[in-house]
Amino acid sequence: MLVIPCPFCGPRNESEFVYGGPVKPRRPEDPAALSDAAWVDYLTVPPNPQGPLPETWWHLRGCGRWVTVTRDTVTHEILPEDGT
Amino acid sequence: MTGGRLRNAGGGRIDRTRPLRFRFNGRDYDGFEGDTLASALLAHGVRLTARSFKYHRPRGIVGAGVEEPSSFVELSGQAESGNQPITTVRLRDGLEARAVNCWPSPGFDLLAVNQAVARLLPAGFYYKTFMWPSWHAFEPAIRRAAGLAAAPRQERREERYETRHGHCDVLVVGAGPAGLMAALAAARSGARVLLADDGPEPGGALLGCSARLDGRPALDWVAEATAALDGMANVTRLSEATVWAYREANLLLVAERAPAPAHLVERSWRVRAGRVVVASGAIERPLVFADNDRPGVMLTSAARSYATRYAVRPGGRALVFANNSSAYGAAADLQAAGVEIAAVVDSRPQVPDAAAALLPGVEILAGHVVSRAHGARAVSGATVRPAAGGAGRRIACDLLCVSGGWNPAVHLYSQSRSPLRYDEGIAAFVPAEPAAQPVVCAGAAAGRFGLAEVLADGAERGRRAAEALGFAAPAVDPPAAEASLPLAIEPLWHAAPEGGAEGADRKAFLDLQHDVTVADIRLALREGFGAVEHAKRYTTAGMGIDQGKTGNINVIGTLAAEQGLRLEEVGTTTFRSPFVPVAFGALAGARQESVVLPYRHTPITAWNKARGAVMYEAGARWRRPGYFPLPGESFQEAVNRESRAVRFGAGVYDGSPLGKFEIKGPDAPRLLDLLYSNLFATLKTGMGRYGLMLTEDGLILDDGVTFKLGEEHYLMSSSTAHADEVYRHMERVLQVERPDWRVWVTPVTAQWSNATLCGPRARELLAALGTDIDLAPEAFPFMGLRDGQVAGLPARVCRVSFTGELSFEINVRSRDAAALWERIMAAAEPFGLTPIGSEANHVLRVEKGFLSLGHEVDGTADPVDLGMAWILSKKKPDYIGKRALEIRRARGAPRRELVGLLTEDPQRLVVEGAPLTPGGARAASEGFVSASVWSVVRERSVALGLLMDGRARIGQRAHIRIKGEVVPAEIVAPCFHDPEGALLRS
Repeated sequence: MLVIPCPFCGPRNESEFVYGGPVKPRRPEDPAALSDAAWVDYLTVPPNPQGPLPETWWHLRGCGRWVTVTRDTVTHEILPEDGT
Repeated sequence: MTGGRLRNAGGGRIDRTRPLRFRFNGRDYDGFEGDTLASALLAHGVRLTARSFKYHRPRGIVGAGVEEPSSFVELSGQAESGNQPITTVRLRDGLEARAVNCWPSPGFDLLAVNQAVARLLPAGFYYKTFMWPSWHAFEPAIRRAAGLAAAPRQERREERYETRHGHCDVLVVGAGPAGLMAALAAARSGARVLLADDGPEPGGALLGCSARLDGRPALDWVAEATAALDGMANVTRLSEATVWAYREANLLLVAERAPAPAHLVERSWRVRAGRVVVASGAIERPLVFADNDRPGVMLTSAARSYATRYAVRPGGRALVFANNSSAYGAAADLQAAGVEIAAVVDSRPQVPDAAAALLPGVEILAGHVVSRAHGARAVSGATVRPAAGGAGRRIACDLLCVSGGWNPAVHLYSQSRSPLRYDEGIAAFVPAEPAAQPVVCAGAAAGRFGLAEVLADGAERGRRAAEALGFAAPAVDPPAAEASLPLAIEPLWHAAPEGGAEGADRKAFLDLQHDVTVADIRLALREGFGAVEHAKRYTTAGMGIDQGKTGNINVIGTLAAEQGLRLEEVGTTTFRSPFVPVAFGALAGARQESVVLPYRHTPITAWNKARGAVMYEAGARWRRPGYFPLPGESFQEAVNRESRAVRFGAGVYDGSPLGKFEIKGPDAPRLLDLLYSNLFATLKTGMGRYGLMLTEDGLILDDGVTFKLGEEHYLMSSSTAHADEVYRHMERVLQVERPDWRVWVTPVTAQWSNATLCGPRARELLAALGTDIDLAPEAFPFMGLRDGQVAGLPARVCRVSFTGELSFEINVRSRDAAALWERIMAAAEPFGLTPIGSEANHVLRVEKGFLSLGHEVDGTADPVDLGMAWILSKKKPDYIGKRALEIRRARGAPRRELVGLLTEDPQRLVVEGAPLTPGGARAASEGFVSASVWSVVRERSVALGLLMDGRARIGQRAHIRIKGEVVPAEIVAPCFHDPEGALLRS
């Protein structure tokens, strides 16, 4: 079980969180301006690297904040904010 | 009571004043407090305790602890459980156990016929043999034949499992010499120490030998060290607690098998440790030769442990077969306990003098090997021949002790994802640097075997663990130990008989648990499964309950020897949790049933129950009344009566579980317009609007009514079932997508309760209750919201309708809900008001064709499918789901669409969920029945369904396929009552 640093609550067990998936590009302000293919890519192709991956977690059984952490998908290590 | 004919009168760690009676395979025996099931059976001379997994060969006890690969038992009675190693079952009075994997008994086992057909059952045989038509056709029979214990049949009523979270600075695994020293050293620094040991008493390997420390019996020192630890407030010591898994972020799982209080069966610990010292000792490995699985072939360390710890002579005349010096001290302990040592067969060409000196007068056959064990149901002797080749001779014995070297118990270290390396000096895999987590092995687990070295290593590792966490750890001096013999091992992977010699065609076992032989490994190599992980899966070596604790390294050694590789080139398989069998109950702890997911209740649950409501779970763990049967009334009669009351008089239901959210802030209108597919910016204060919320892929997430309470202030309602999901969705949008928007969402589901009056007489009834709200239709229109007093209580009344009738939803503070309900019932008499449950609600909404989550909204439907294209705003440039919906609609592919269905037989009610197929053929479905009820306005059955291209097929016929029959139905518009909506606006 991972230990996830919550900026409000400190390090907490993974079981307090709900996984929110990898951080995606910000939702386009005007989706109509995108081509169909670009929109489908935005919607259905999440980042899936072998290595550091910024992802969102919802601290549901805690403070209720959505937090962003960078996790190494190989080692499960939670890395500092900048991913180093 | 004697505790068995092979029990010595003195010595051992058993309490002869506390005799215990137990049953094994239907026979009664006795033993003493401190015995294990294995030691007590050996004391009675019981040798045959199991049948093997595949060939059903007779098997006995091989080990003395968690390493046991051979004998597993099923416990019955109160402590019913399966697949326990016989060596770890603590004896208690009244224990009942039987061997697994044999029927009817290990002595007379019907499946022993497998031995005769063993040639037909090579490694991987079931992959090759049971292919046609499918493995699943054979699986049940194979499982029965090869299976282990059955799942317990009785539910435990009085006993409970428990889970506990633990936190410590230093976790020490094992309370042997290294672990005790590590715990002492770390604890003296003030660090919080958790010491977990799998045995009932501390001491580890010291319990099973006659070592001395500081010139006294070693166990005196163990008692003092334990007392010192127990006296420290910063130390928690667990016994009969096995650390069985090492997870990420230094989380370790511990199964405590005898926790206080007594009603606990087992406690599962999840320990988050600062640093971990693994002092789990080492496990002796057997030697490989023909018929090395006969009952009576035992690890030398296990035989020693039975003699010293349990005062049991595991045999009368022992032959010792070793490739290292550790067996000599063990043989001396056996001799001291009264076991005759027939000879020591040592594969090394030279036996160190210091080793031989431990066994004066015993014949020592240096440079010899045992090439075959004799005997069928118990070992009766062995063929011994020179290792270099030559004629063998037979030596009679009833105990054959084997010592093939020692494997450090690196399981937890490896589970931490830390690396191992092969140490030629001790012919074993040892921990390597760098560790992947803050973990270190100490003592024998690190490949250090001399007692003095083990103690010093434990002290050093414990001190350093505390220091690494910032504690100042004083030096702790270990007790003085006598010098130990160097191991001086010369690896021997297979004492192979010469070609054509006696025993060449006999099985030599590597993995006793799964009956894997040297020949199986050779077969795997011939078939190309030579990589260690492939060989494991092909032969199943190292799988099962014991996870290859004794056999794995011999498998690796054999793979290396057969291919001319070094062991490090072969490598190890992955060490996996659990290290020992762990009960499912212990994993779950108290988290069962309603403890995991508690039910939610509204404030009038007690009233509902008093009125005889049949309570259901109706979504999201809410317990709601399904219907309120009168005496003698059937389900259908009750539902019809409640539905009619709403259509023709008045009904009231408790709508409190509906999700409710207050939304505040200057950007609240923008949020609503992003969330909903229709326009909310134009909503006026005091009015509400029905909205549909989509997911980003253009499917329906939820529906509900949102009211405008004031500028920048809204009240949103969601469906009961999706209230949590809607909240998550909104928080995600606000926190992740639009963190710059100034909006605050507060769930207020539990703060408001409501009673919804519905039916043609609802207005009269509300007026009779007494209210200061003007109820005239023009003053309080449909979709209006008014604050005021109702029945003397502060209330917020909304004109929404889920039934299609005139409705007033009276919302009050939850603490006033019971009072409101009582006052409604007091005023109800002249109106024939009926409380209605979720079943009647379902009927009423189906008659109207209102969608319901989980029925029509099944996660694949979009608004157009449900005939709700009108709710998709054309004015808004964007809302969640818009783009995806447009792309889907542009494709124009046929979709399942909402329709009404009228069965040709009006009396016929079909089951909800029934498939619709083309012409009723046995073919892929073209839709399904989403809801089917008895309509009180149409006085016939009506149904809703999702049907491929359904709207274009209105007027045609659909076919509902139910098991064994086809029910034809007319396709109609999905509304059976008041299609213009005049009633609900009245």
